[in-house]
Amino acid sequence: MIYLNAFIFAGIVCALGQIILDTTKLTPGHITVIFVVVGAFLDVFNIYDRLVLWAGGGALVPITSFGHNLIHGAIHGYNTEGVLGLFSGTLDLTAAGISAAIIFAFFMSLIFEPRD
Amino acid sequence: MKQSYQDIVSKNSPKENVFMNAVVAFISGGLMGIIAQYLIDGYSALLDISTKEATVCMLVTLIFLSCLFTSLGFFDKWVNFCKCGLIIPITGFAHATMSAALEYRKEGLVTGIGMNMLKLSGAVIIFGVVSSFVFSLIRMVVGLI
Repeated sequence: MIYLNAFIFAGIVCALGQIILDTTKLTPGHITVIFVVVGAFLDVFNIYDRLVLWAGGGALVPITSFGHNLIHGAIHGYNTEGVLGLFSGTLDLTAAGISAAIIFAFFMSLIFEPRD
Repeated sequence: MKQSYQDIVSKNSPKENVFMNAVVAFISGGLMGIIAQYLIDGYSALLDISTKEATVCMLVTLIFLSCLFTSLGFFDKWVNFCKCGLIIPITGFAHATMSAALEYRKEGLVTGIGMNMLKLSGAVIIFGVVSSFVFSLIRMVVGLI
């Protein structure tokens, strides 16, 4: 059942992004930024947590979960360390994704030739 | 007559594309969601770890795969076909980082790869951090009241 929910939720998010991309003059960069901000905004009222419970991986794989993880890190940091935690905790949960992207991209760009 | 015909064409042709693109994005994005959920279940059963750790493993796996496919050359074609179906998931983030790194590798290690790798995906990180800071401040203030 959770697989169906994952399909529906991830599909709706991607279709929404595609419709915004086609009907306005925004670039894919704008779309991803909008979705990150929306994901962070939805977690102000814990809405995205419920979506993650409902759709599982379908809610964790779109870029909206990036904003969701960022704000969770910031709130967790604030709860444990106070105001300083807002700065030290923000990238806690997303660090794995950012580091993985940078490390893999660096070594693979050394190995592979660009192809068009 | 000619004018009205072209009006009809210009009104009708892009709408079909919008619908078809949305359907393709829906299906490919949904498949990404299923793959993500399958990987989470697989990792948590195979390595006996919690869902949160399995999520990190899933993200790293997908990032690795999309970096590999981008550098092998055929991920660009998939992105051109699926568009937002692959740009909105985390694969788009990895694809943007990887293709920027590949594009600028000729200009050297530091001035090429180092300075340009996050050219496209940096916007996501910057706006994500700024917005999460602002929103957690809002949540803090709301919580205090």
